[in-house]
Amino acid sequence: MKSGKYRFMAILIILVIAVHGLTRLTGTQYYLTQLTMSAYYAMVVIGLAVLMGYAGQISIGHAGFFAIGGYLSGALTTHNLLPFRETPVLVLLERLHILQTGQDLYGEQLLTVAPWAACLCGVLTAALIALVLGVPVLKLKGHYLAMATLGFGIIIFQIVMATEYFGEADGISEVPGFVVFPGIAGMGRLVVSGDFSLRVQNYYIAWGMLIIGMYLLLNLIDSRVGRALRAIHGSEEAAAAIGVDTARFKLQVFVLSAVYASLAGVFLTHYNGSIGPSEASIIKSVRYVALVAVGGMANLWGVLIMGFSLTFLSLRGIFGTYDDAVFGTILILVMLFAPDGILSIRARGWLKSGTGGPVDHA
Amino acid sequence: MDLFIQYLVAGVTYGIMYAIVAIGFNIIYNTTGIINFAQGEFVMLGGMTAISLLEYLPLPLAIAAAVLITMLIGALIEMVFIRWLDSPSVLRMIIITIGLSILIREVALHIWGENIRSLPYFYGDEVTTVSFGPVRLSPQVLWVIGICTVMVACLSLFFKVTPLGREMRACSANRTAAILCGINTRNMVTFSFMLSAGIGALAGCVMSPITYTQYDSGTSLAIKGFTVAILGGLGNSVGAVAAGILLGIIEAFSVSVLPLAYQDVISITILLLILFWRPYGLFGSSAAARLKEF
Repeated sequence: MKSGKYRFMAILIILVIAVHGLTRLTGTQYYLTQLTMSAYYAMVVIGLAVLMGYAGQISIGHAGFFAIGGYLSGALTTHNLLPFRETPVLVLLERLHILQTGQDLYGEQLLTVAPWAACLCGVLTAALIALVLGVPVLKLKGHYLAMATLGFGIIIFQIVMATEYFGEADGISEVPGFVVFPGIAGMGRLVVSGDFSLRVQNYYIAWGMLIIGMYLLLNLIDSRVGRALRAIHGSEEAAAAIGVDTARFKLQVFVLSAVYASLAGVFLTHYNGSIGPSEASIIKSVRYVALVAVGGMANLWGVLIMGFSLTFLSLRGIFGTYDDAVFGTILILVMLFAPDGILSIRARGWLKSGTGGPVDHA
Repeated sequence: MDLFIQYLVAGVTYGIMYAIVAIGFNIIYNTTGIINFAQGEFVMLGGMTAISLLEYLPLPLAIAAAVLITMLIGALIEMVFIRWLDSPSVLRMIIITIGLSILIREVALHIWGENIRSLPYFYGDEVTTVSFGPVRLSPQVLWVIGICTVMVACLSLFFKVTPLGREMRACSANRTAAILCGINTRNMVTFSFMLSAGIGALAGCVMSPITYTQYDSGTSLAIKGFTVAILGGLGNSVGAVAAGILLGIIEAFSVSVLPLAYQDVISITILLLILFWRPYGLFGSSAAARLKEF
């Protein structure tokens, strides 16, 4: 198990570098943009996979957490605070280097929250909301849990659509780059932004984050916590009976997956330079669920592979106007024919050593 | 005072609509234990089909045909996607019906586009009013309240009196016992999908002049219908009517306090609160709820 994990990690890292090399050799570096974006979306999906596949708790509201991170970070780093510069709170914040000055497109002076502080604020808010929401919501099961998380997602969508601060239907644009590493000791600056010249480093930032995130989750599910989660998935009553604090573990994983989603939201917003209400829509949440389902729920590698590759295809626009329909169809087909994910079909076929039943038609 | 009554009537109109969606949830839940997340899409399909048929048929026939077509779609969906599954898990059913709702919505988007459409008013037009003393109502409101009331009455008669209705109730009370009595429970499930598709479609038609119909109007209806179903106690159709009217009135009056854009937020907050405090509904009992499976 252990050695398998590191082997997969090594293969993934080599692949990431190889893909970069390939795009360079073939002069198709424009692929890097979508590859970067898919890595961030895959981050949401692997976080959700731990919640759905391992802890067995469905969430149809994860686009909400993504939006909380992205929107807060976007709004804080674009809204000009210059008129309020003299207020004591802002003076204090500026002294703590939480604020930064800049210029907008027209050369106007800007005073905004620094991206790192905005990022922190977005992620912490998402975690806090997950915590407060999770306590009552995770007591629910089945349909009730699904509807409650769906309701949460709709509330977030309605709020960003109806609030002027979040740009209503237009969303937020002109979000500045996010300096993740200021460039000390001779090492270059690392900036998350859609700037053309920063394409390569952003590709590595995104995949680096995804790989680290993956590594942490793999460790988590191999640990005592992971075993507890699987026990909860199997039977919550049985898990509680042998002394697993089910409520606490479920809540922790819920918050963790919210943190993954909001982090991805923050980074993608700075990378794209904008965020719109479609990122908070129910269809996005359903899409994340679909990706987790296709990947096989309790199979992090499967979820990572399917989550990344389907998102990439979708971002390349190969599904055209049928994008959402494709994800809906995938969701249904997977649940009908291969509830353990499509990567499991071949393995199951071998195990049955026969015709393999209906799975072969999928 | 007049304004108060206007709000009240608006609330009742919307509320009875939510109640119909909730009853649609209940019918399927009772026979299968499934919450059909695509319930709101049936309402949308009914409205859209009737609008399209209006080119070829007079209004009453168009509505009748739309209801029949939606019932057929409901039956088809059940036969293709649900009938042959062998005791699927709740999580699996949730995801399948969510997938179905997305699929229906996307098909509707490709057939009808993003335009907001509506049926014409059944009597008169937008400005026609009927006066009751100081209160002025659109006749369509009376149509909605009238048709929905008749529909609820017919449904309860259907379940009480007709053999088919009784078989469906038997199926929901105890599936194994129903099979032993020679009832084909699989057909009952198909019937329940047809029935709930049909009443959803009819509700979609009568509401269309007031609320308009768009390819994505199903989701918010579904979540409100579900709120009502839970408020009234899942599976309890009389409770659903009371809860629907209650939610409709709360929503109507909230408009005077909060911006319109937050209207959906109110009902969802109510949903969350009721799920947390009384998941067995306003009229249910916690002891009975423990025996059910969610």
